[in-house]
Amino acid sequence: MKSAREIVQDVKGGATTASAELEHSLEAIRARNEELNVFVHIDEDDARAIARNVDERVAKGEDPGALAGVPIALKDNLCRIGVPTTAGSRILEGWKPPYSATVVDLLLAAGAVPVGTTNMDEFAMGSSTETSYYGPTRNPLDPSRVPGGSSGGSAAAVAASMTPVSLGSDTGGSIRQPAALCGVVGVKPTYGLVSRYGLIAFASSLDQIGPFASNVTDAALVLEAIAGHDPRDSTSLPEVSPSLVAGIEAGVAGKRVGLVRELIEGADPEVLAAVERAADVLRDAGATVVELSIPECRLGLSAYYLIAPAEASSNLARYDGVRYGLRVDAQDVSAMNEATRTLGFGAEVKRRIMLGTYALSAGYYDAYYGQALKVRTQMIDAFRSAYREADLLLGATAPSVAFRFGEKTSNPLAMYLSDVFTIPTNLAGDPAISVPFGTGEAGLPVGVQLLGPGRSEGQLLAAARVLERARES
Amino acid sequence: MATPLRREDVAKVAKLARLALSDSELDMFTEQLGQILEHANDIAALKLDDVVATAHPYGLINVVRDDVLIPCLPVEDVLAMAPDAEDGRFAVPRILGEAP
Amino acid sequence: MTLPNGWEMVVGLEVHTELRTTTKMFCGCANAFGAAPNTHVCPVCLGLPGSLPVLNVRAVDLAMAIGLALHSRIGFSTFHRKNYFYPDMPKDFQISQYDLPINSGGYLDLPDGSQVTIERAHLEEDTGKTTHLGASGRIHGADRSLVDYNRSGVPLVEIVSGPDIRSSTQARLYASELRGILIATGASDGRMEEGSMRIDANVSVRKSGAPFGTRCEIKNLNSLRSLVRAIDFEALRQSELLDEGGVVRQETRHWDDAVGATSTMRVKEEAEDYRYFREPDLVDLDPDVAWQERIRAALGPMPAERRRALLDRLSEPTPSQLDALEVVIDLGLDDYVVAALNGGVDDALAIARAANEIAADVEHRDNLTSDAFVSTLRMESSGNLSATQAKTVLAELLANGGDPSSIAKAKGFEQLSSDSLGATVATLIDEHPDEWTRYREGDEKLAQFFIGQVMKVTKGQANGKAVIAELQSRR
Repeated sequence: MKSAREIVQDVKGGATTASAELEHSLEAIRARNEELNVFVHIDEDDARAIARNVDERVAKGEDPGALAGVPIALKDNLCRIGVPTTAGSRILEGWKPPYSATVVDLLLAAGAVPVGTTNMDEFAMGSSTETSYYGPTRNPLDPSRVPGGSSGGSAAAVAASMTPVSLGSDTGGSIRQPAALCGVVGVKPTYGLVSRYGLIAFASSLDQIGPFASNVTDAALVLEAIAGHDPRDSTSLPEVSPSLVAGIEAGVAGKRVGLVRELIEGADPEVLAAVERAADVLRDAGATVVELSIPECRLGLSAYYLIAPAEASSNLARYDGVRYGLRVDAQDVSAMNEATRTLGFGAEVKRRIMLGTYALSAGYYDAYYGQALKVRTQMIDAFRSAYREADLLLGATAPSVAFRFGEKTSNPLAMYLSDVFTIPTNLAGDPAISVPFGTGEAGLPVGVQLLGPGRSEGQLLAAARVLERARES
Repeated sequence: MATPLRREDVAKVAKLARLALSDSELDMFTEQLGQILEHANDIAALKLDDVVATAHPYGLINVVRDDVLIPCLPVEDVLAMAPDAEDGRFAVPRILGEAP
Repeated sequence: MTLPNGWEMVVGLEVHTELRTTTKMFCGCANAFGAAPNTHVCPVCLGLPGSLPVLNVRAVDLAMAIGLALHSRIGFSTFHRKNYFYPDMPKDFQISQYDLPINSGGYLDLPDGSQVTIERAHLEEDTGKTTHLGASGRIHGADRSLVDYNRSGVPLVEIVSGPDIRSSTQARLYASELRGILIATGASDGRMEEGSMRIDANVSVRKSGAPFGTRCEIKNLNSLRSLVRAIDFEALRQSELLDEGGVVRQETRHWDDAVGATSTMRVKEEAEDYRYFREPDLVDLDPDVAWQERIRAALGPMPAERRRALLDRLSEPTPSQLDALEVVIDLGLDDYVVAALNGGVDDALAIARAANEIAADVEHRDNLTSDAFVSTLRMESSGNLSATQAKTVLAELLANGGDPSSIAKAKGFEQLSSDSLGATVATLIDEHPDEWTRYREGDEKLAQFFIGQVMKVTKGQANGKAVIAELQSRR
């Protein structure tokens, strides 16, 4: 499949049309979607109408935008007006938002062509896409294994060449971990760089929307299109309009790269080897590599599994059967709320709602949620001081390659541990990228993770591009 | 250090969250949540009296909007979402108590 | 009301006021009362998945204005989520301020010379409105309920007083003075009947000087009258209970205005666990000095100061004039009254015309200039207009503006003066010789009889003072 960048050039230059590129994409989806369960909703006619509109604008000599004619897959938690959006949950089955997310408006304004919505762990709670009400998504590289999660569908869409790019959301690693497991590029931007307006919330202080792509440049192209201040999101950073594609070949010469001990410890040997080779490549490209320790990272998992469920327990209270979505009838309104939520939520969502409710409840707040917020402060401070010693940090994205279905579903804690390397940056609010580098068990891809201080996406993408070039050669 | 999670704690939390649990679910969740909280005891046990809590990763302040009207949703679209509606309003089964 | 056996009531009030903004607290939907159900709603105030709140700056301005008027400390504040399930609350949590409110501390001086401390005045959002279907039309016994979210997300300020109030009279005075302040700051229209100001009362009793007793919170006080009745009822209930050897339970009680009694809503053990935590979708609020000073500079004088200013100019106000004065203060009609007094108009007349005629059409006050008000009243005082005519001219001025003497001329009001009034009085004296004799012999009450007759004949077009002058000239 063509890269997004090539499609934009060809569509603008008249060598192809948005409609033709869309048909390639739909064909690829038809070929494997039944097997892989990547998309939960596709409206071909709707996508064709959007593509035609792009083609008409090209014909009229207008500039259809930076993503002209690029087919894109959207995670099922990004609202688009009139399009079923369910966050992978039964409780929202069939719900059609009466409004669109800011990122969706931006994509359409840039000439991108949304082809459908992708499967995900229910309310983004999971690391394998196994908790979706609509069944698991399979890893295109080995259908007996998970694609990672929670944005497993969006990662698989790119890995299976169904679309060149897609959007996911990352609360504790939900873009980077499936990117690593599916062998694609995934970016978790700085908190506040991309508007959350219209993203169905999991944990508001951690959620960020970001791109998946088959290559670093395409990821930069999409991120550039969706980044920017949004007055509808109070946590949106002011004055951001990063130029990312232009500096993509800037390299890492003179940069200080910190290899973080806590972001590799416990990883499989092949993963460890890949990270070490990545360090060598960066060194060869002119960076200095230093070994660093950020002990606070070891507390990240605990802090995250108190903060995220606490926020989620409140964010998900609104699914009560009163205004939209599922309702299970009962004698009185409280019983109706309970019956609706009991049927509408899956086990993982219930587990986290209860965990979060407990962490916030009278008598436990200080010991759990309150402590977690303080650990978050320490995490932020720890990364801040690490960035005084290094311009960017290096580690693994996930401890292992893609695991098999059911391997971790019976033990939630084991599942949670697959996010141990990605969680710290969400707590710090900083950006990180996962780029495929090397292979591990059964020839499956390994992802290495690059981390940087707030708004350092340009530097991270340039470093990722260095690793990508080394992989290509 | 927090006390270990008991079955009745889980039952109470489920009630607060409006979730009904069967006996076997109650057992399962008590065990699983207990494990997670035990793991979280690494931070529950920390001495962090001097550390300030962080709720937002970046400290923005005074983000406000002007007091200017924006068109509302068409009422047909609003009620089209409703599981049950009557007389332009969302209908619910009887409410047992006054709002707190 | 005095409680029996030396009991003393201890009362603190929580006053919720809807702010007079154009839009809601966190979205651009209209903040308006009385629209068709669910026509002022959007993804944010319906709590749709993915929607996010953004704070209305005007709500912050008004909250600060309230704080400044109450001598509060304005400082760094945060928003929290108060979590509980209820169908009128679209997100099943309420965004409110918790441990760090925008206004902390303060006090309110009451007209009786007492002072009530203010603990805090914080911002929060209102809920939607439920209607209960079924025989009773009330929550108990209803088959089902209907929810309208037009009110959901309307900005509120909750003003919490200290437990300083010792009588229902003082409670009433506090609520009424606070209402005046809310109106004067432009924060609220103070309409209790529309629910834009709602009161909860914390009531306990103790023997004078003893520590505070266990308190009960009373909800649903929708008028000053129910506030007084509910507090008296509750304090008496508690003191009687204690006299009988009973114990007051800490609980929330509901005031039933029709029955005239409070009843248990929820005891403390059933209290919700609200799981307050910082609202992650909103950032902190920290108004700097310049912002605070901008609000302070725009604040006009508060009711107490304005009341003093007007009282200083009244010779010996009657109780009904004092009531009228409160209407003038409430509606901010002081400028008219002051202009009339400066223009030599009698104080009783100035206050009466402002409190009755302008108040009757206060929405259109912009049509009526102070000058036009003063000229109309002077025409009335000098006998060129009857009271009825003056009222008609004021009504016309409020409705359409214009010049008082042109309006009077156009309505033919000035024709009745001198000659024709003299002729009318002469005719009436001839027709009522007995009454005339008694009047001449000093029975001043008969003047009213003749004024009444003149009014009847002239259909109210005559001026009472002018009639008396005519009568006296013929005595």
